[in-house]
Amino acid sequence: MSAELDELYQSIILDHNRRPKNFREMDDATASAEGMNPLCGDQLKVWVKIDGDTLADVSFKGQGCAISKASASMMTQAVKGKTRAEAERLFDDVHALVTGHPTGADVGSLKALAGVSRFPLRVKCASLAWHAMKSALDGGGQVTTDDGRGADGEGA
Amino acid sequence: MSGRATVGAGRDARLTASMVDGLASERALAPRADFPLLAANPRLHYLDSAATTQKPAVVLEAIRRYYETSNANPHRGAYRLSAAATDAYHAARVRIAKFLGVADADTLIFTRGTTEGLNLVASAWGRANVTRGDRIVVTRLEHHANFVPWQALARETGAEFVIAELAPGGVLDMAALEAAVTPRTKVVAFGHVSNALGTVNPVAEIVRIAHRVGALAVCDGAQGAPHLDLAVDSLTVDAYAFSGHKMLGPMGIGGVVMRRDLLEAMPPYQMGGDMIAYVGDTHTTWNVLPHKFEAGTPNVEGPVGLAAACDYLATLGMDRVIAHERGLAALAMERLAAIPGVTVLGPAAGARGGVVSFTLENVHPHDLSQLLDADGVCVRAGHHCAQPLMRALGVHATTRASFYVYNDAGDVEALAAAVDSARKRFAAG
Repeated sequence: MSAELDELYQSIILDHNRRPKNFREMDDATASAEGMNPLCGDQLKVWVKIDGDTLADVSFKGQGCAISKASASMMTQAVKGKTRAEAERLFDDVHALVTGHPTGADVGSLKALAGVSRFPLRVKCASLAWHAMKSALDGGGQVTTDDGRGADGEGA
Repeated sequence: MSGRATVGAGRDARLTASMVDGLASERALAPRADFPLLAANPRLHYLDSAATTQKPAVVLEAIRRYYETSNANPHRGAYRLSAAATDAYHAARVRIAKFLGVADADTLIFTRGTTEGLNLVASAWGRANVTRGDRIVVTRLEHHANFVPWQALARETGAEFVIAELAPGGVLDMAALEAAVTPRTKVVAFGHVSNALGTVNPVAEIVRIAHRVGALAVCDGAQGAPHLDLAVDSLTVDAYAFSGHKMLGPMGIGGVVMRRDLLEAMPPYQMGGDMIAYVGDTHTTWNVLPHKFEAGTPNVEGPVGLAAACDYLATLGMDRVIAHERGLAALAMERLAAIPGVTVLGPAAGARGGVVSFTLENVHPHDLSQLLDADGVCVRAGHHCAQPLMRALGVHATTRASFYVYNDAGDVEALAAAVDSARKRFAAG
């Protein structure tokens, strides 16, 4: 358990949690979307500025656990400058990674999120910002990570 | 769960002298050996009893014995086995009512739990009695189960929905409550004990305020019945809902105790078998209490198991149960407050039950509970189904430890050690 925890909370995750990148609102965003985890009440908002087919800028704000914050922070760095298609492909690769079925694609520093797959209850945390970004690219709105299977927030 | 190398103190941890009123809490009140799950996991520090409790073997055995000796559909067959099931069901109701201090056992309506009990009142009584222009008052402390049904009733009927706010320290502002309860108020819904902060509310005073204007006093007893030495009758509330699984009983059973005249006057909650007296082609008459509110084949194993749980708790003594929990809560508050960055929420130890909610600076409760789990410490992280309260406290989530009869000082020491170790991990990373 301890080794798995070390993998989950490796220093790059803790660093992004402490000093998240692109942690700001964006005045000139072309799209935004909110992500909510109703089970724990966590919520964040992702802004994107699309220039042609490129994600010229990506930012986020909100609050959540270290995993969701670090994942959001790394996401903004990873998708900035990418095309819409590249960002969506990365979404798929990261989702596969955190659910324990890596595609083998090189995801750079995002591979630090692989430890999440050992903790099924935390997959929602790691995915929250990515779902919000995808929703923003699809036209915005609100996404929720509640898949109806429950986790560790609801109940008395 | 591999060990708990970071946990300094074991089950035999000694207490400090500052633990004045809690010396009895050093050891568990109930033997761990009575609880098969705990006995099988000696290193588990189960501190989430406000969510659900572990079950003693006597409860599991009672359920098994029922199925092995008396199982049939009650109220149906003329054969002896069905009569045995009927007897088991009603004997359980009488035992549970007696434990709760309810003289008229037929006013104890079995439900799936507190949530269904409160929904029964809000739905069946509420729709028949609340109209546009009336007022419904709840408190800022409420669990969603005693908040959302009333909010929905208000929206449906056009009644006004008012939240009585808190005073500093996570306790009700009684002057604000008194002011909120106007002559048009039909219901005052409040929790006996806050699941999120542990606050024990002054029931008698709230009932006085509600009854002053003829409003119904509806009490969410989910965290009251399992922990307090109480007699529901003497609370003089109009309805009191509780959950069996939070008091050593099985899941899926609980109830609501309600004034007989109210139950008799209000319409049924669900329609179907068992709850009818006569079904005509165009009109149906209702069965007597409690059957009027128990449509369909009842859950028999639930009351049977819960009655065994009540007997077990009665043997321990409810006065000792709350004293034990308060002792552990006081110790936990002292240990946690000594950790840099920890803020303990809610009232002083003497004004709360066995619940300690806290935050740790720069560590989100989800991360904290994950790290605690690795040390065998089970706590709850999140909003505790009390988002209106969390907003008022200005936090998104907290970490909550809650204690029960099988916990001891070693569990508290393990919690404190694990929290400190988590703090160091996040500080060093």
